Amino acid sequence: MVASQFMPLDGANAVSQAMRQINPDVVAAYPITPQTAVVQNFSQYVADGIVDTEFVPVESEHAAMSACVGASAAGARVMTATSANGLALMWEVLYIASGLRLPIVMTVVNRALSSPLNIHCDHSDSMGARDSGWLQFYAESGQEAYDNTIKSLRIAESKDLLLPVMSCQDGFITGHGVERVGLLPDEAVREFVGSYEPELSLLDTDNPITVGAWDFTDHYFEHKRQQTEVMNASMALIESVCQEYEQLSERPQPILDCYGMDDAEYAIIVLSSTAGTTRSLVREMRAEGKKVGVLKPRLFRPFPATQIVDCIKNCKAVAVMDRAISFGAHKGMGPLFTDITSALYVAGECDLPVVNYIYGLGGRDTTPPMIATVFEDLEKVAATGDRGDLVRYVGLRG
Amino acid sequence: MTDNKGPRMDKPWREVQRGGIVVESGNSVAYITGTWRTLRPLRDMEQCTQCLICWIMCPDSAITVEDGKVAEFDYDHCKGCGICMERCPVNIREPHSHTGELGKVIQMVSESTFVDENE
Repeated sequence: MVASQFMPLDGANAVSQAMRQINPDVVAAYPITPQTAVVQNFSQYVADGIVDTEFVPVESEHAAMSACVGASAAGARVMTATSANGLALMWEVLYIASGLRLPIVMTVVNRALSSPLNIHCDHSDSMGARDSGWLQFYAESGQEAYDNTIKSLRIAESKDLLLPVMSCQDGFITGHGVERVGLLPDEAVREFVGSYEPELSLLDTDNPITVGAWDFTDHYFEHKRQQTEVMNASMALIESVCQEYEQLSERPQPILDCYGMDDAEYAIIVLSSTAGTTRSLVREMRAEGKKVGVLKPRLFRPFPATQIVDCIKNCKAVAVMDRAISFGAHKGMGPLFTDITSALYVAGECDLPVVNYIYGLGGRDTTPPMIATVFEDLEKVAATGDRGDLVRYVGLRG
Repeated sequence: MTDNKGPRMDKPWREVQRGGIVVESGNSVAYITGTWRTLRPLRDMEQCTQCLICWIMCPDSAITVEDGKVAEFDYDHCKGCGICMERCPVNIREPHSHTGELGKVIQMVSESTFVDENE
């Protein structure tokens, strides 16, 4: 264990600090609110000679991810960051990064997708990328964003995985909110991430390779099976890196952050910063004797399905809160809800009433009284046995 | 042909190269693309002037040259694009040895109707 030094940092700057400590070979990025601060701070470290990174100021996010792919294929340790429409513009290249098995680490400062134009937080950007073959961490705080960034790099570059990782945090709420963030000593971070020694790289001219070659009907299918199986089998690796980081930092690094879940009758499952709001409410309600709990998955891809089912199966009713809509899904449910209901079904837990709440789109504030209404609803669902509307909206004008 | 270096059609998914990265240089020679062809180029060797323009223009290096002269088409790799026929500058005086038609030294025939007289 090493002692952290605490600093007042916003979530974006916390990630910039992690990137400074990691000192990646290449960062290619394009500014977009609210990610801008991540790269702006980091580019200052480059300009000041504090890091050795080759910083590539590209002309778009499509170019940013393309440059990251090229640099990673060349054998470099590569990081970047984006938000919202920037992530959308990266789209085709996200799949190229994962398909080529390039361990790029990208911070996504979550923001609503246009249109209508909105710069504030929701998860529709990264949730849309959930099938792109990237691992996804979601951070509740600047501290978690910092910790997840460092862990993401180790996980991505593991020889047993070699997949890109998205490390997400809530735009403005976390990204621009100043908090007390503990930074590990620079040497401890550098030792934890180690050096990156790619087995295959374009710059290894003694062992020439071709990257991105034509993959016809006779091979593509095998490569995709390999890609999905490596993701499926990655949970043990992720847990071991989290445990190692936990021992180093003395900060808990669970895959599922549970509060009150041991005996919770009513539970809310929610990602990122709203888990903190929910936890403060749960603390008050438990002091009043209510058996309520909150479950925050810190990892969304790969989906910790069995762990979530084990955690909630003894509840009387559960609410899943989604900060994104999967348009056209059954009743317009959210992506977290579809995965959780699917996990419950395949585990044979079909009697647990689960309802979906869409919340906080476009940065709509989600307050403790709003979340209290969700717990009230859950009590009614359990008492009456009537689940009512499958998909509900909280904080929306009725 | 480098059978040991080429794409292995028998490899199960666990053993294919990660990310589709090609670790053996020059293995495209073992990748048989001639099966894509619907039109087959045929050369009248007697009337060919050996200008080598077809050899220069072929995008798949599917025209083999021996001793400075075009020898034959590499039908394992010729995709039948017809560029050799299009760029062939020689208008023949006698009917083409394979098709019996006037026109270019290189002419394209449909694979569906082509009969190899040597077989």
